Formats: sequence, structure tokens, C-alpha cells
Amino acid sequence: MGKLSRIAWFYIGAVISAAVIVLVAGTYSGLDWAQIAVLGVLLIACESAATVLNARGLAWSANTMASLAAVVLCGPVGAAVVSCGTLLGLRRGPAPAQRLFNTAMYVLSAYLAGRAYQGFGGHVGTPGPSAFPGLIGPFAAAAVVHVAVNFLLLNGVFWLTREPGAVIDKVGLDFKLWLTDLGYGAFGVLIAALWSVLGPFTPVLVLIPVFVARWAVAQFAAQQRAYEATVSALCQAVETKDFYTRGHSERVSRGAVMIASEIGMRPERVGAIRYAGMLHDVGKLGVPTSVLQKRGSLTDDEYAAIQLHPMRGLDIVREIGFLDEALAGIMHHHERIDGRGYPMGLAGDEIPEFARVLAVADAFDAMTSDRSYRGARPVPEAILELRKWAGKQFDPAFVDAFVSAIERDGWTAPEAVPAEEPLRTIESL
Amino acid sequence: MTPVAGRRYQPRSLSRPIPAARQVQAHWLPVALAGLLLIWSVTQTGVSGVRDVHAALAFGALIAFGELLRLNLPGDREAAPIATAGALAYALLLRIGTESARPGAAQVIAVTAIAMGVGALPHLAVGRPARLTAMSVRLLGVAVVAATFQPLASAGLVSEHWWSQLPVMLGLVVVAWLVESVVAAFIRTEALRTRFAVALSDEFRVQLAIFAATGASALLIAFAAEVMGLAAVAVFAAPLLVTQVALRRYAGIRATYLQTVRALARVTEIGGYVETGHSARVSRLAVAIGRELGMPEAALLELEYAALMHDIGQLSLRDPVPGGATVLVAREDQKRIAEYGAEVIQQARVLDAVADIVRRQSDPCRPGDSSPPPPLSSRIIRAANAYDDLVGNSTDLSQAAEAVERLRLDTAAEYDPHVVTALTHLVTPRPGD
Repeated sequence: MGKLSRIAWFYIGAVISAAVIVLVAGTYSGLDWAQIAVLGVLLIACESAATVLNARGLAWSANTMASLAAVVLCGPVGAAVVSCGTLLGLRRGPAPAQRLFNTAMYVLSAYLAGRAYQGFGGHVGTPGPSAFPGLIGPFAAAAVVHVAVNFLLLNGVFWLTREPGAVIDKVGLDFKLWLTDLGYGAFGVLIAALWSVLGPFTPVLVLIPVFVARWAVAQFAAQQRAYEATVSALCQAVETKDFYTRGHSERVSRGAVMIASEIGMRPERVGAIRYAGMLHDVGKLGVPTSVLQKRGSLTDDEYAAIQLHPMRGLDIVREIGFLDEALAGIMHHHERIDGRGYPMGLAGDEIPEFARVLAVADAFDAMTSDRSYRGARPVPEAILELRKWAGKQFDPAFVDAFVSAIERDGWTAPEAVPAEEPLRTIESL
Repeated sequence: MTPVAGRRYQPRSLSRPIPAARQVQAHWLPVALAGLLLIWSVTQTGVSGVRDVHAALAFGALIAFGELLRLNLPGDREAAPIATAGALAYALLLRIGTESARPGAAQVIAVTAIAMGVGALPHLAVGRPARLTAMSVRLLGVAVVAATFQPLASAGLVSEHWWSQLPVMLGLVVVAWLVESVVAAFIRTEALRTRFAVALSDEFRVQLAIFAATGASALLIAFAAEVMGLAAVAVFAAPLLVTQVALRRYAGIRATYLQTVRALARVTEIGGYVETGHSARVSRLAVAIGRELGMPEAALLELEYAALMHDIGQLSLRDPVPGGATVLVAREDQKRIAEYGAEVIQQARVLDAVADIVRRQSDPCRPGDSSPPPPLSSRIIRAANAYDDLVGNSTDLSQAAEAVERLRLDTAAEYDPHVVTALTHLVTPRPGD
């Protein structure tokens, strides 16, 4: 957390004060401190194994499990005390202020979950055989409250501390993430239930599946990063052929994501269009280098060779299973709204949405970067050009979305290509 | 410039990839065993009558549900963690609430087998394969646990206290894991022509994490049933579902990754730098050789990536080499192409081992100076690539024999003799085929 607005500090302060009030005003009579210590250790273990999910330090841990077990075994105040273990998590990363806020957030979530549990008729203490299945209803209510409070407080701080102009990070809003959290919460009732059978050994047994799941999530994240890096490296390799287009795929991908986010596409589709942007020109490999870098006008044959590249691209990426919608985007990104594009000459709504988005981002990047036959145009001029061709070449809705995204977030145009830079190709063969 | 226009990509299968007759035997052994178990257990349960129908239905439902949510794991494996956990928990069941509830070995096996069948029905209905072998292997693991623990428990040899129950249960879960791994490795040895020891260690490694989660969850349900009664089964499904979702996403991205590299490796074909299907053929041959030489699965994956991308360096050529045959190009240029390809791969920053394999692919097996020999994977790609450059898409046996002969003559310095021997094995038809 760098510089924060006054309102953000006020918010953070309010959350922390509320947590302190809960802890100070709570009644501590009748708490089993040995039990709280064991659950606290469990919570610290979960917190220490948190996975970092994005660059802003959003991390996910299985804390919910320990605090919900404490809700049943120790009651709202006990659960709030157990949640203080968040402060002691053995992981690097969170700054002191962030750590304090996280702890306060968990204290509040646990306390309110505990109140919900009691409110729905749940009985605090080690449950015996007679407690089930009656305990499940109140526990489910507690779990939902815990996750909901956590969600609201966290997204509140994200919203208040967002950097002006930055693309809004949707990770905190990922529905699946919170569903996962709810799933882990269910482990809480198992810990509580097993306490009368296995005693303090319970958390050990419960931690095994949890850590396997953590492991799988970490593996998934690592593979995902590896995947993105590999795709982007391969796209760059493709671009070496025409060094005027260096970085083009990355920028078209970025532009397409800006448009997609602006019009409120679902996160999975935004992800897919990012890949579509990166891969949209892969088919250019099939076009001879001499044609791609030619100065001056093209002959009919050369133009036909260029027109083939969307289909060639499709040929390559067709076998990547998850890309379904992206495939249509890659194939049709040179169609025009008035039906005068290629390869199919589709018009208007016949053109897949992804293709219409890509067409805008593609043309814009082409205009704002150097080409062998002309220099780059400034951004405002390119915007005018987009507006001029909206309704003929481009979908006006996407042009509008792109322009407002650029006006808000800005656009980093590529650096000028040095005139004398030698081509990085092996010529001796 | 565009020699590939109009031709569809058709990876050629190796002339003799899998010996069909032996494969069938290995597959059917566990299935036959499972079938016998099913008949015995159902008869036995029919004779003695079903004990505690509610418990049987509850666990059966969990197993069927778990079977419905089977999971494909990397390396064409299958797991059903929820079904396995439910079945193991049933096998380890002692009490439900305060009442004794030992189902007996036969009933555990019968319920598991029938529930698995029910869970597999929807898969069949939408046209997916039944995967009878994988189901049988899972049933065998459960059967071993049930057949050991239930008699022990009814003989009164399992004490009342959790600290003495737990080691026995843990031990049996480990035994189930060993049984499943050994049987699965046995099948893979036959199907993929790999070595048993390699297949077994691969199997242990892949299954370890999943089985740890499954086994621990099974113990949790078995113990929780003492407190929660059958509600344990329902409550429990949610947390293991989380594990399963994470595993599924992991397996999904692994598969997408491989698909993507396979697809993007073909940019060299579209660009006319290499012949159609070259990367796919080289990678299939290279992986087959690696397997023949006993490489473990993780190394085979790196080899496959490297083989798929071994020609990516050619993109730096202004114009393609005629026919894309790197074997016909001067050594110095081969080295530069390899070096450039490695640079491209290194940009991804996560495939350094793959980049290293690609970088050394044109080095001779025995370098003239004192530099260390290239890694095995590089030597394999070198030989596979040379073979494919000489033979290409042709299925002409005499051409294959000629190519093998040419590689063999060069084993003194250029090609690894072991690699060439394995390659010869794979591409030469043997009597009886």
C-alpha cells in the first residue's frame, strides 16, 4: 500500500478499531485456552501457506477453516481470538499495515460468523453425536457470513486503494475463489466434530487434504504463468520475421483486453480474448518476408498472400482446445462491418464479437507504430481515424469503448524503430 | 515458398508403436480380478443379507458421485478421489454414532463395485469411454483394505482407542496406495513399452499427493461417522470437492499447455521452414526413444517440449532452408539455429531445461574437445531429427532401413549408439508383426 487517500485510511482505521472493540469488549469467561492455542497454531499454519494471487498482494489462505472450527468450539469471542493468529503468519509479503488490516478483517469475519452461528441456534462447545445433523444449518450460516464479510471488507479496501487509471483487478471479485473459500470453511465443521474423537490430533489429519489442495492450486498457478510466458515467447519468435511488428501481438492483446473489460465481458472471455490478441497474427508466418516488409504498393498476388494469413493462423491454433471463441476472433479479425473485409466478407453482426474487438485494437496499433512504408501516427490522430471508419470498417460500440478506455487509462505506443537497426536474421544461408 | 499449402496435418504413427496382443492381456487382468470380486461379494452379501441399508446407501451415493466426477490427470491417468475416499472410509468404518456398524468385507466390495458402475453410467451415456481398467484398479485397492480391516475388527483385534486404531488404518491406506500404484505401473509398462521400475516410480510420484489427500479424507470420514453419523458423508463431500477442483484445473492447464506448444510448434511448418508434420513426428519418435531408454515421465515431458520446438530457431532465417532439412545444413549454421531457438525458449523463463536441450541438439555425441557431451535428450532429438529429415512422411521400409544405416555409420562421433539402437528397434518391423 503506497500513498493512500484519506478515505482509505479512514476505512482501514475503522475496520481495525471495530476488531479491537470486539476483542476488548468480549467476555472471556469459560474459554478453553488450550483449545484456542491448538486452533491458533492451525490458523498460523494455514496463513503461512497462503498463495499470492496477484501483483497487489492479494493472497488466499485456508484460514476460514480454523476460524469456523473455533466458532463452533469456542464461540464468537474465542473465534475472534484465534483469528488474531493471522498477525503471526510466517510469510513474507504483507506490509505491517496490510497485516494489521488482514487480522482485523479476519477477527471481524470470525466474530460475526460466531454471532450468526448462535443466532441460527447453534450450540457452542465440543459437539457430541447428538449435535448432528442439527448443527449443520447454523454452521452453514456461519460459513456464509464469514465469507461474505471477508469479501465485502477486502473488496472495499481494494476499491478505495485502487490506483487511479489502473485497469481494475478483478481477482478479488472472482466468484470461484470465494466458493473455494466456502469449501475450505466446511473443513471447520469436521475439525469441530472430530474434536471429541481425535482431540488435538484432529487438525493434523485435516491439514493433509488441505495442503494437497494448496499444492494443487500452487501447481496450477505455476503452470498458468509458465503457459502465458511460453505463449508470449513463441509469439515474439513469430514477430522476429517482421521487425516492424515487434511487440504488436502484446499490444493488440492489451488493447483487446481494454475493450473487453470496458464493455463488461466476463473474466473468462477477457482471458480468452487476451490469447486471441496474442495469437491473431500467427498466420503471418505463412506470408513471405519480402511481402511483409515490402515498401510501396502490393501486386494482386502479394495481396492475396497476405489475405490468407487469418486462415493460416486458424490452421495453427485450431488444435488448442480451450480457444473456441478465440478461434473465430483470429479467423475473422480482418472482416469489416460493411462486408468488404476478408477472408469471408462477413458484415455487421455476422462477424464474431471477438473479431470485431480485435479489428479495432489491431488497426489502432498498426496506425500508432512504425511500418516499413510509413512512420507512426500520434494517438489522437489514430483515434480520429478509428472514429472516421466506425460503422464502415469497425464496430462503433467497440470504437467508443476503446476510445474511452484510452482516454481514461492512456496508451503506451511503441518506441520508434531505429532506421538503421540491422534485421536479426541469419542471412548467410 | 509454400510447399505445404492444402495438405492437412497428419502425424504419422510409428510403424510399430504398441504391441497389441500384450496390451490386451495387461488390461484385462485387473478387470477379470475385479469381476471375480464383484461376483463373490454380491453373492456373499446376498446370502448373509445387507447390514445397515442406510449406511450402504449413503456411502454408495458418495462413491457413485465421486465416480461421476472422475479426474483426468497428466499422462493419461485417471483418478476418482472422492469415490476412493468414500470407499476407503466405508472399508474402515467401525461405528456410526454410538452403535457398532461394521459392514463386513464382502458388503464393502459389493457396494463399492455397484456404486462405481452406477457412477460410470452417465459417462457412458454421453459417449465417454468406460475406463474399466482404471475402475478395476481402484476397486482392487479398496478390496485389499476391506478384506484386511473388516475381519480384524470383527475379531476384536482393533482396540477402542483412536491412538491404536489410527496406525492400523494409516498402514492400510498406504497398502491400498501401493497396490494401486503397482497394478497401474504394471499396466503402463505393457501399454507404453516402458520399464517397470520407471513406471512404478512415476506412478508413486503422480499418485502420492492425491492419495495422501484421499487417504486422510477417508480416515476423517470414518472417524467423523462416530460423532456425526451419516451426516459425515454429506458434510465431507464439500471439502474434498475443493481439492478435486484444484486438481482438475491443474490437469486442465497442463493439457492446454501441451496442446498449445504442439500447435504453435507448427508455425515453422506454416512458414515453410520444415515439412508438414515434422515437429509432431520428431517429438513422437523422440519420446518413444526416451521411453525405450527408461527416462522418467518428467524428463519425457521436457523432451517432448524440446522436440516440438527444436526447429523454432529457423524462424530467424530470412528464407527457409529447402525442405527444412537441418541435417543437410552446415554445422555452424545448425549451431546458430539451435542457439537462436534456445534464446526464444529461454524468454519464457520457465523452460530453461528445455532451452538447454534445444541449444545442444546439434552438438555431436562425442565432442572433439574436452567439453561435456550434450544431455541425453539433445542426443535423442538429434537422432530423431536426422531420421525424420531422411525419411520424412514416407512409410517405405527400405528408405527407413537406409536412414537407420546412415545414422548407425555415424555413431562413432555424431549419434549416441544407444539412442540409435533404440530408434532402430522402434522403426524396424520385427517378425510376428
